[in-house]
Amino acid sequence: MVTVDTAERATETRPRRRRGIRQTRGYRVFQVVNAIVLTLVVLVTLYPFVNIVARSMSEEAYIIAGQVNLVPRGFNLDTYRLVMSDSMFWTNYRNTVVYTVAATVISIVMTTCYAYVLSKKHLKGRSALVGIAVFTMFFSGGLIPNYVLVTSLGLKNSVWAIALPNAINVFNLLVMKAFFESLPVELEEAAAVDGLNTYGILLRIVLPLSKAIVATMVLFYAVAFWNSWFAAFLYMDRQELWPVTVYLRNLIAGATGAENVGAIAEANEVQAEATLKAVTIVLTTLPILLVYPFVQRYFVRGIMLGAVKG
Amino acid sequence: MSTPTTVTSPAPAPGPPASRPPVPRAARRTWRRALRRDWQLYSLAILPLLFFLVFRYLPMLGNVIAFRRFQPGGSIFGEYWVGLRYVKMFLSDPTFWNVFTNTLVLGALTLLFCFPLPIVLALLLNEVRARKLKRFVQSVSYLPHFLSIVIVAAMVMQLLSMDGSINQLVRAAGGEAVPFLQRPEWFRAIYVSSEVWQTVGWGTILYLAALTTIDDDLYEAARIDGANRWRQTWHVTLPGIRPTMVTLLILNIGAFMAVGFEKILLLYNPLTYPTADVISTYLFRMGFASSNFSYAAAIGLFEAVIGLILVMSANLIARRTVGTSLW
Repeated sequence: MVTVDTAERATETRPRRRRGIRQTRGYRVFQVVNAIVLTLVVLVTLYPFVNIVARSMSEEAYIIAGQVNLVPRGFNLDTYRLVMSDSMFWTNYRNTVVYTVAATVISIVMTTCYAYVLSKKHLKGRSALVGIAVFTMFFSGGLIPNYVLVTSLGLKNSVWAIALPNAINVFNLLVMKAFFESLPVELEEAAAVDGLNTYGILLRIVLPLSKAIVATMVLFYAVAFWNSWFAAFLYMDRQELWPVTVYLRNLIAGATGAENVGAIAEANEVQAEATLKAVTIVLTTLPILLVYPFVQRYFVRGIMLGAVKG
Repeated sequence: MSTPTTVTSPAPAPGPPASRPPVPRAARRTWRRALRRDWQLYSLAILPLLFFLVFRYLPMLGNVIAFRRFQPGGSIFGEYWVGLRYVKMFLSDPTFWNVFTNTLVLGALTLLFCFPLPIVLALLLNEVRARKLKRFVQSVSYLPHFLSIVIVAAMVMQLLSMDGSINQLVRAAGGEAVPFLQRPEWFRAIYVSSEVWQTVGWGTILYLAALTTIDDDLYEAARIDGANRWRQTWHVTLPGIRPTMVTLLILNIGAFMAVGFEKILLLYNPLTYPTADVISTYLFRMGFASSNFSYAAAIGLFEAVIGLILVMSANLIARRTVGTSLW
């Protein structure tokens, strides 16, 4: 008979001592298979990263011969030097930073203001204000009208073309609204009695209590803007305005014979095309990999918060 | 400021319920009172509302160019009416039906793999007893979610290149290297597997959260009734996460038509158009390579309307059958 204990399940959340209970043979087999499957998941997830690092440090000849997989062959860092000496790469990298910071600031201000308003249950017209936002999750104007709009507003070739059309992400908005709704009303009421107006309450009472959610939102937006490429691809005509994602995109586009062949590779007459791509991928991925271990749990927390009430 | 005890003062003078205004004048009066009391709150909503109106709702109206002659540089709402000309045009365009089919196939395959696999992975993770190991697997599996789609596409290209890892395996197995990204018959597999690689880990989060909320007593009861591990999973665990499953299924269906536009744009090429070209990429080329904005807008509108109908029907069906829905 089956003897799996519920206490074991409880250890998921609160570590409690297992009551000594035998496990069936079938379940032990399952545990082994499960461990193997999960190990495979980890390996498959990580392999592309290891592979790309190995390629980036290898000699081109070994790559072309198809001999590079887990470890670099003909170890050298020449291509790193080459990419890092390309001033356009750094210009584009700086653009990414500038666009990310500017767009994130705008998004945070807009999202916080609107989420705070939406969190006030007594507010007349609140459900309409929520509806206006939520409807856009399921229906959008589409690519062409958006392009026509941004162009005719004269936003092309400026950071506004990236920041403004994506200022509020409705999912983030709902997460933040759920958080504000969970704050105790009494504090705000007391502050109102003490003579603080709405702006004062938001700035001096609510926001200091909401540091965690604001940090999560900053991460959500910053990662999205850092990773974005399409808006810049669409609205930035000049190379010196591109973010680094578009730099990478144009470098790899040659590989599939797509429209724009990597301008950089051509301009530099680089022989080491495969290594060049690998190095650029590594250098663009690096910042994300470096901060990932530290920020990951904030993301998870934010998603959960959104799921509870969203 | 002028109204110190504003926002959350415990609803002074309840007044008539604002939701049911039989007389317009009374409605106007409650609105005036609301404005007087909460004008500072409303003022905070002005900029965000402006954002929604300009960058979300104006483009929706901008779709009228699907029925009007549009000239680049002219009015964003086009010049004059042409009726259903562009709609008829794409309905009789064989390429459109090809990309329509591709969209359905890729959307269906994505749904088929990217919806259930996170559930499976979450259930497997849930059985892991070693907490550190579980944490580690989770952290690793979330990682691809944080990468730019450009980086993912670049990695896919490197892995599938003639000298890449996959072709090394093919050669080791005694086969000939295949230019995978130039072969239309491979595109769907490449697209779906890269999608799985990127989304499955992150997709487990909500399920894992739902799993921790299942009452232990239910397992206890099931066990006393003689249910083995499988039956416990079937009769306790799965029903326990059903609301999450339904919600995510509806959201997935809503995204059905919008199959990874950016990823396809990065991965496809003229050789793979027969299987890779979808509605959104086709309208992208119509708009930007052929400068046929009205035609592209007509296709985009068609796509958006189908998407909306899909999510609404999924929601309706879910509410009728399992009692869970988004709204």
